[in-house]
Amino acid sequence: MIKDAEVDILLNDLLELYGYDFADYAKASLKRRINRLLTIDNFPSFAELRYRIKNDDAYLKRFVEEITVNVTEMFRDPSFYLALRTTVLPVLATYPLIRVWLAGCSTGEEVYSLAIILHEANLLHKSLLYATDINPDVLEKAKQGIFPLAQMKQYSENYILSGGKNDFSSYYTTRYDRAKFDTQLKTKMVFATHNLVSDRSFNEFQLILCRNVMIYFEKQLQDRVLHLFDQSLEPLGFIALGAKETMRFSSVASSYKQVTKEKIWRKAV
Amino acid sequence: MAQSSITNRYQLLIIGGSAGSLEVLVQLLPALNKNLKLAIVVVMHRKAGESVLVDVLSGKTTWPVKEAEEKQNIESGNVYLAPSDYHLLFEKNKTFSLDFSEKVHYSRPSIDVSFESVAEAYGAAVIAVLLSGANADGAAGLNLIRNAGGVAIVQDPSEASVAYMPQQAIDNFQVDYIADTKTIIDIINRLATD
Repeated sequence: MIKDAEVDILLNDLLELYGYDFADYAKASLKRRINRLLTIDNFPSFAELRYRIKNDDAYLKRFVEEITVNVTEMFRDPSFYLALRTTVLPVLATYPLIRVWLAGCSTGEEVYSLAIILHEANLLHKSLLYATDINPDVLEKAKQGIFPLAQMKQYSENYILSGGKNDFSSYYTTRYDRAKFDTQLKTKMVFATHNLVSDRSFNEFQLILCRNVMIYFEKQLQDRVLHLFDQSLEPLGFIALGAKETMRFSSVASSYKQVTKEKIWRKAV
Repeated sequence: MAQSSITNRYQLLIIGGSAGSLEVLVQLLPALNKNLKLAIVVVMHRKAGESVLVDVLSGKTTWPVKEAEEKQNIESGNVYLAPSDYHLLFEKNKTFSLDFSEKVHYSRPSIDVSFESVAEAYGAAVIAVLLSGANADGAAGLNLIRNAGGVAIVQDPSEASVAYMPQQAIDNFQVDYIADTKTIIDIINRLATD
């Protein structure tokens, strides 16, 4: 097991050598992820892990990808997607161009979920989905839109619970143990690396979706990121967070109103 | 009670369980002394999206029962329930963190994940109980709690509805107590009042 002081040494290396700043990530999860890597990659000691991170660029990528959690699902929390369909999309429909930011999109399951509900509301043709993540490799996977076939049963159930009326399998073709999603869904997606800790606002959106990303951040960083979202959101735009996340304690909270019992807030004028 | 100026060494009771553990919890929670200076954390395997457990347990005890929130301060006198579909972690500043990483032992929340984390954050101040279940989750974590100086209690497999989970802990690791529900209650009340 790695010591707290050793975690700090690694984080300092990452910042000095590569500009990745994990200082304000919640410690318990970060430490657990590093311990997990020590085990699954068979490092005999902390020193060897450190050496590898400092000298092997390919391993550095793996390290950053593994310590940031990249577990995600399509239509996770179906009631959330139902609320998007019934509460948010009718408002977005009134705009000539709908700009959405999916921050910390990981391997893209939520980007495709959103593209599907926009398509079903006949809005995808006038939408742009900006999907960003700190890890370039997960974005490559997201671009492909190919997910494990074994997950489709669960995703299909989630989809139906989210108010989906079609046959979910009509959105993908299967090949061996993979499901490849309809390339039409991708035409409105833009993928780019973006680090919520260090990068700035890059556009104005009507909807920002960032679910189960900020649970890994400490309070001050959560607040900074919510400020970044606030700067990146048009008046009357929406922010959507994960089931256990909230805007309530943030310093921008006073300009926002929760619009459903799901974690969706709307910005005041 | 006369020793109110002396802080008990135990600050946190953590209970892990799976199939067959709810029936133990509904006996155990109401039987704990009301003035124990403990925070109680319950990590039970449950289905994603399930949310009735708070209500079920609230009806059984005068302690406030709530789902653990991320960044929430962990305070004695409360029962915190690990939310469904997240791992529950403990920070050294005595707050909760949530984590949506891979399932462990096919489970999220995983008992091992919470036990390992509480051992790191609370060390010898933990009393841990592993109850009935059909899964190996919890055994390794219970051992880490014990190694950190905490107390490891296992439900007697002969009493447990599903013996597998407590039996895994007994077969693979040392534990401090193997006890039936009534004895578990006595042990906790005694340890946390001494």
